[in-house]
Amino acid sequence: IACLITHLLAEFDDAANLLAASPDATTISIDEPAEIPKNQRDRRQEPGREEDDELLGTDDSDKTELLAGQKKSAPFWTFEYYQTFFDVDTYQVLDRIKGSVFPVPGKNFVRLYIRSNPDLYGPFWICATLVFTIAVSGNLSNFFIHLGKPTYHYVPEFRKVSIAATTIYAYAWLVPLALWGFLMWRNSKVMNIVSYSFLEIVCVYGYSLFVYIPTAILWIIPQKVVRWVLMMFSLCLSGSVLVMTFWPAVRDDNRRIALATVGTVVLLHALLSVGCLAYFFDAPELDFPAPFVPVHNGTTGVTKSH
Amino acid sequence: FPGLADVSISEDIPVEGEITVPVGSRSPDEDFSTLDEPVRETIMRDLKAVGKKFVHVMYPKKSSALLRDWDLWGPLVLCVSLALMLQGGSADSKDDGGPQFAEVFVIIWFGAVVITLNSKLLGGTISFFQSLCVLGYCVLPLTVAMLVCRLVLLAGAGTVSFIIRLIVVVAMFGWSTLASTAFLADSQPPNRKALVVYPIFLFYFVISWMILTFTPQ
Repeated sequence: IACLITHLLAEFDDAANLLAASPDATTISIDEPAEIPKNQRDRRQEPGREEDDELLGTDDSDKTELLAGQKKSAPFWTFEYYQTFFDVDTYQVLDRIKGSVFPVPGKNFVRLYIRSNPDLYGPFWICATLVFTIAVSGNLSNFFIHLGKPTYHYVPEFRKVSIAATTIYAYAWLVPLALWGFLMWRNSKVMNIVSYSFLEIVCVYGYSLFVYIPTAILWIIPQKVVRWVLMMFSLCLSGSVLVMTFWPAVRDDNRRIALATVGTVVLLHALLSVGCLAYFFDAPELDFPAPFVPVHNGTTGVTKSH
Repeated sequence: FPGLADVSISEDIPVEGEITVPVGSRSPDEDFSTLDEPVRETIMRDLKAVGKKFVHVMYPKKSSALLRDWDLWGPLVLCVSLALMLQGGSADSKDDGGPQFAEVFVIIWFGAVVITLNSKLLGGTISFFQSLCVLGYCVLPLTVAMLVCRLVLLAGAGTVSFIIRLIVVVAMFGWSTLASTAFLADSQPPNRKALVVYPIFLFYFVISWMILTFTPQ
């Protein structure tokens, strides 16, 4: 088995070397034709005609779907297939992150930034960073809150890392799966103009979580009001990215179903942030009672008041 | 054969020679046939190779010794010693303590595998085990930091010791990241270097965090 694995890995090396030359060619051919319609779309959106946006979105998606078909032609059991999901440069990733933090009203994140080149680099590493940021910030915040207490003994709380990882990765991958399934099912009933592939939905969710990273760092500040204001702010930013992405996909459907879908998306997003704030960050106590209450058992008194 | 019946070879001319097919030069064969050498020599050769790589990590120059002759002994030794030194904290009987041995092990190896896969998927030209080797060996500065932290904690656990530990861990974290970047950055496509370096930064940051937050019982 070891021989087989080393042989396969040697093949991957060769394939990677061969493929290193080609991605540039494909990315250029995709980006340049899509640039021109985007500029036209910007000019035409000034009078506020959303139908043009949809129509141009259709053209764009037709063309880019054709090109996507050409790009992802490797069979799924080869290494090159998965390399097509990492076909992004540094500036593209930074652009996508910027687009998720500063959402422009009316511009669709998927059409604008992803443009049929969804990557898995962003979602995976943003989730990983968020997991460790939340765990580390929660630990630091608890440390500072409980610093003065005589019964407090610092613990690194490493269990919370695995809980954070499970939660965030489950959210970033299972919710898009459910949403994609739901949209596919609605698509079979109502002919929607805009439809997203599973990877594009994963991409949007992954990049929309980026704004929680600075929010989690700022949550170290032990003021309840500050934390809730930060949470509202980040929820608005990332929620608006999601809403502006998914509203065009359900708009043509039954009004109630469209509103319910978008509402569920926002609700789940809010649940994630509220849950993280409540679980990983202890409530700041402005005035804690004097420690005349005797510590009953010998365990270290890390107070967890929610 | 009628004419050969009279041919005779005299008895006192020794007829000798070798009936082997020459296989080129003999020295590579002698190098690889380590069956006859004493065991101590075999072990010392591997130990010297590992030791040479440790030196290369501590003084990272542009040498290809780490990449060319990769081995995973050094990373294994470092990982096990780091995981052992992280035990004995407030992890023994508590629920919310530090990382268990298995958690440290998994984080280091799984993290290194994920980073290697990431760099290969982004189009890197380094091989899988070479990258694992470099990432594993570059944990050496952090293991040294862990040793220093434990020694400092023996002296006391106050603010001064924390500041010393913080400085040591931050310095070693920077050293690890720079060392591994020096070895790995050349094999990446130029417009994706930051995409490859960032996960390495995150990896060593997590290990440094585990080292810094180690609190004795």
